[in-house]
Amino acid sequence: MQQLTEIRWHARAGQGAVTAAKVVAETALAADQYLQAMPEYGPERMGAPIKAFTRISSEPIEIHCNIEEPDIVIVLDDSLLEIIDVAEGIHPEGAIIVNTCTPPEQVRTALGVADSVKVACVDASGIALDTIKRDIPNTPMVGALIKVAGVVDMDSFKGLLAKNLSKKFGQEMIDANWASVDRAYEEVTVA
Amino acid sequence: MPEHKTLAATGNSVVAEAMRQCKPDVVAAYPITPQTTIVEEFAAFVAKGKTHCEYVTVESEHSAMSACIGASAAGARVMTATASQGLALMWEELYIASGMRLPIVMANANRALSAPINIHCDHSDIMGARDAGWVTLFAETAQEAYDNTIMSVRIAEHPDVLLPVMSCLDGFITTHSIDRVSVMDDESIAGFVGDYEPQNALLDTDNPVAHGNFSGLGGPYFEFKKQQREAIENSRAVIKSVGEEYSALSGRPFDVIETWGMEDAEVAVVVIGSTAGNARTVARHLRADGKKVGVVKVRVWRPFPYAEIAAALKGLKAVAVLDRSESFGAEGGPLFLEVRSALYDLAERVPVVNYIYGLGGSDVKLELIEQVFTDLADIAAGAAAPAGLVYLGAREEA
Repeated sequence: MQQLTEIRWHARAGQGAVTAAKVVAETALAADQYLQAMPEYGPERMGAPIKAFTRISSEPIEIHCNIEEPDIVIVLDDSLLEIIDVAEGIHPEGAIIVNTCTPPEQVRTALGVADSVKVACVDASGIALDTIKRDIPNTPMVGALIKVAGVVDMDSFKGLLAKNLSKKFGQEMIDANWASVDRAYEEVTVA
Repeated sequence: MPEHKTLAATGNSVVAEAMRQCKPDVVAAYPITPQTTIVEEFAAFVAKGKTHCEYVTVESEHSAMSACIGASAAGARVMTATASQGLALMWEELYIASGMRLPIVMANANRALSAPINIHCDHSDIMGARDAGWVTLFAETAQEAYDNTIMSVRIAEHPDVLLPVMSCLDGFITTHSIDRVSVMDDESIAGFVGDYEPQNALLDTDNPVAHGNFSGLGGPYFEFKKQQREAIENSRAVIKSVGEEYSALSGRPFDVIETWGMEDAEVAVVVIGSTAGNARTVARHLRADGKKVGVVKVRVWRPFPYAEIAAALKGLKAVAVLDRSESFGAEGGPLFLEVRSALYDLAERVPVVNYIYGLGGSDVKLELIEQVFTDLADIAAGAAAPAGLVYLGAREEA
């Protein structure tokens, strides 16, 4: 039986959701999984709400359409919670992970999802500002994803992150990104 | 044996890689929208010295194809890429490329034509260039886009063919999505495509020739067109043999059509491009419920595989043809017209229905494909086929 995991990313353009969707897919390749990662292309304006999708599977992936019933939803900007139904179509046993300072109990109430859906929150922006010194929450959010849902292997992800960053940056930046991932992994809270 | 490397990469990226491996002498391209990152990534290979190629950036897609024609007539191996409005602007040059029998290879990211303005996946661009005399291949996946690009070079340059080849991949769905793709080592690809030995090169001054001459009334224009027809008919055998050879190298099957479940199917969907995967996914679920359904994917669009289509669909109770482009005022979309024509000579009539779907990148949800198979089951059970074509999933009010 095919083990297919579908992730939908909600973000604002410029927050790195597309990059994160890609890196998660690339990490899956390292584990010999099949993968698909695609943004939903729209008007390219910084700050505009965007969606991106990642599929990971033990078998070749043949479907080419948007993800409407995700197993996991990742929200990179909590201001989107007021304007978009991020929980739309979420799998009854799924998980929603939000970058926010609001406690998960409160987010759960706002989302109005079934008790069987995990709701997890982490201040990924705060962590990014502390470690990377910029509000780019995509990398720490993957740390939270790994804690809450597994999906990809932490060491592989960090290895790939280092490989990608080393093309443009030094060890200091790699360490800062690793620290952001570790902190989000530790600090994410589930309700 | 070739070395295989597995990548997580976009369709655009692996087409650029395939182009680099095929070692074109000249690439001419219009470097901004509606162009894709295929030429951007190829330009990076040139800039980094990873390929020796004259890379010409021009001021329009019309000029891009003009420069390709000039370079190809001179005797160079020439490749380029385009999409949507860009292909539309190349239109008159497309005919010149095929009329001059120039083996140019071009990737096309299938995207919608304006108006309204829309940049998303749609086959209107290539279907508008349908009669331009190019051999045309379609990819479902990034993997097929890589494979088709490499095979295109061999097909185009074959002495029995000498025609331009277009290698199509679905805009955004295949061009911009990251997929798992296996690529081969440079040496294996170089060995497969071989060196280009141009015939009738303008720069071969020992054997002077003229290209694209005036042919007025009474001139050989009519006979030239007949030769183009013969050349594209010749390409049928060449495509098969190049496909077999490439299959042996890559370990991946190739045929002009790909069939799934057709051994005992009672109804089937015929489709081109990335939607074939959606159709197989739905067909698999239906098969699990004991439904005898099949899927036929068309991988070579020109020359159209009439005999193969007729053989695959013969005796079926109902067939649905999915078109991702319009032919306004015609009986149906371009693929429908071809499929029904392919079935005309069969002794027994096969009911064929046409669905227009996914225009302008409209999402091809699995429930839409399920609807098509439900309609087919009804027709097979004796229900009347829909009158005229169906706009699959179109909203009542936009």
